[in-house]
Amino acid sequence: MSLLQVTIAGVDFKNPVIAASGAYGFGREYNRLYPIGKLGGVSCKGTTLHTRSGNPAPRIAETPSGILNSVGLENPGVDHVLEFDLPWILKQGTVVISNVAGSTVEETCATVEKFSESKTDMIELNISCPNVKQGGAAFGVCADSAAAVTREVRRVCKKPLIVKLSPNVADIGEIAKAVEAEGADALSLINTLTGMRIDIKTRRPILRNNTGGLSGPAVFPVAVRMVSEVYRQVQIPIIGLGGVASWQDGVEMMLAGASAIQVGTAMFTDPFTPLKIIDGMEEYVREQGLSNISELTGAAKLWE
Amino acid sequence: MNYMERVCPIAANEPIGPGFFDLTVQSADMARAAACGQFVNIRCGAKTLRRPISICEIGEDTLRLVYEVKGEGTAWLSQRKAGENLEILGPLGQGFKLKNAPENAVLIGGGIGTPPMLQTAKALKNPTAILGFRTRNLMILADDFAAACGAVHICTDDGSFGHHGFVTDVLKQKIAEGTCGLILACGPIPMLKNVAAIAEENGIPCQVSLEQRMGCGIGACLTCACKNKNPMYVTGNAHVCKNGPVFNAKEVIWE
Ligand SMILES: Cc1cc2nc3c(=O)[nH]c(=O)nc-3n(C[C@H](O)[C@H](O)[C@H](O)COP(=O)(O)OP(=O)(O)OC[C@H]3O[C@@H](n4cnc5c(N)ncnc54)[C@H](O)[C@@H]3O)c2cc1C
Ligand SMILES: Cc1cc2nc3c(=O)[nH]c(=O)nc-3n(C[C@H](O)[C@H](O)[C@H](O)COP(=O)(O)O)c2cc1C
Repeated sequence: MSLLQVTIAGVDFKNPVIAASGAYGFGREYNRLYPIGKLGGVSCKGTTLHTRSGNPAPRIAETPSGILNSVGLENPGVDHVLEFDLPWILKQGTVVISNVAGSTVEETCATVEKFSESKTDMIELNISCPNVKQGGAAFGVCADSAAAVTREVRRVCKKPLIVKLSPNVADIGEIAKAVEAEGADALSLINTLTGMRIDIKTRRPILRNNTGGLSGPAVFPVAVRMVSEVYRQVQIPIIGLGGVASWQDGVEMMLAGASAIQVGTAMFTDPFTPLKIIDGMEEYVREQGLSNISELTGAAKLWE
Repeated sequence: MNYMERVCPIAANEPIGPGFFDLTVQSADMARAAACGQFVNIRCGAKTLRRPISICEIGEDTLRLVYEVKGEGTAWLSQRKAGENLEILGPLGQGFKLKNAPENAVLIGGGIGTPPMLQTAKALKNPTAILGFRTRNLMILADDFAAACGAVHICTDDGSFGHHGFVTDVLKQKIAEGTCGLILACGPIPMLKNVAAIAEENGIPCQVSLEQRMGCGIGACLTCACKNKNPMYVTGNAHVCKNGPVFNAKEVIWE
């Protein structure tokens, strides 16, 4: 086994570095800079049952050490993805994770069923979307609704299932446990933290949607804390993300409890970030004399 | 075609007006690949997002970029000195389509939308340029356009130089004279919207260069959406960084 190879829910990744959903599309654009097959995996753009045009622009605002985005899940819909995007990315030699979102349980399940019939490697369920039948609160904000959507999706999902947790909650450990109990094979965390910025000249929010999701280095310590907390409460593997921008961040995330990491916003600063993380991790693993990087997972010893 | 990310030495970065800077960076590959109307995305110090800047002029192994200091990113850029390096991703996006362009093309630039029109002028035969500025001391690149164009008309909102009024006044005049077979424009949205309406009324083909806040700069993150009528855009949105910044004016849905 190579130094960086990791296995999550029975799926082998050549290294633990995965592109985060929404930052990387379906990989085609970044493949014009370097072969995306160098990455351990790619979590594809969040996909819904029907075409979604998303929110009006501006959809992005800079923040100290990060960004807010309000793309609003613009995507061509699952049928288009299955026909035009998935076949291409499946040939690139990287683990393909199909990220699924929906505004009802039924819609989410219908999308998962379609991906289950495809050759995608894994499904990542984004539970940060508003549940329109429950007054618009996200599925992921309380343990009951997170468990309910996971239960229904689990029934129809024939692929390894990752549930991606929202950080906009009081107790992420409780939600992680609820989702694990309903059959999730792995967890990924964190999605974005809801935020807002206002232009002091126009006295209007910069984002046309008023609010958006905070990501980038600004959220990194929050993500590390949540991964560490969840690691101590579940048995299933965790994919850690939120602000990872360097190999040192990647190592830190793994020490907190992650079996693999995802990189999103840092790609906008430097599109080569994932490759630099892979190289840096490999050197670190050698230097530390480890036989495999997974020895780092959860190796941080917390103070009593 | 492939995107490039290069560490580019700065050949010059000089002020050319109040808050305006004229930056030349070296990169033979980017200069070879670049076309008029495209842009580059520049890493600015510790900023999370790069800053998109249009290509103003393409040299043999250099790119010229003209920018205005607006906030922290461009302020950082303005403090860089010749000999320092910049990390640049480019050339990005779709520029002006000049295949079969008629000889009587009219270029329109408004304010800081003027720079990309310079390389565009150089790629055409004897074009006419109509440039608009708020006031005389915010006027940029007038001499460069004079050298690259058959005729240059300058408009100022306050009448401190050239025509007192808007670029659209002069455009209408050119159309009335029958000397406008193609319109290429970059500038503030209200200006572009009016230019597009005039082009439509007169049945003249028109391309406009749009701006939007963006993330990745290459078409992956979908933040720089702009509504577009072309059915090739499945979600109803084009994205400025990948499908633009230059669009067929007829297909743009103005907000
Ligand atoms: C395709 C394209 C070409 C451009 N070409 C030029 C050019 O040739 N010369 C020039 O001076 N300016 C150009 N701009 C505008 C330029 O990108 C912004 O003025 C610049 O990003 C402002 O950064 P800042 O940090 O100084 O300002 P801030 O307001 O502090 O920036 C905050 C954030 O908003 C973004 N932003 C602010 N204004 C704009 C804008 N108008 N368009 C897109 N993003 C914006 C910034 O990139 C940054 O992410 C272009 C924009 C686009 C989209
Ligand atoms: C522009 C943008 C779009 C995103 N779209 C999605 C999405 O479709 N589905 C999803 O689960 N997460 C989405 N995310 C969240 C990221 O996958 C990730 O959870 C978050 O940005 C934190 O990681 P980062 O700091 O490395 O970006 C998006 C993030 C950004 C910046």
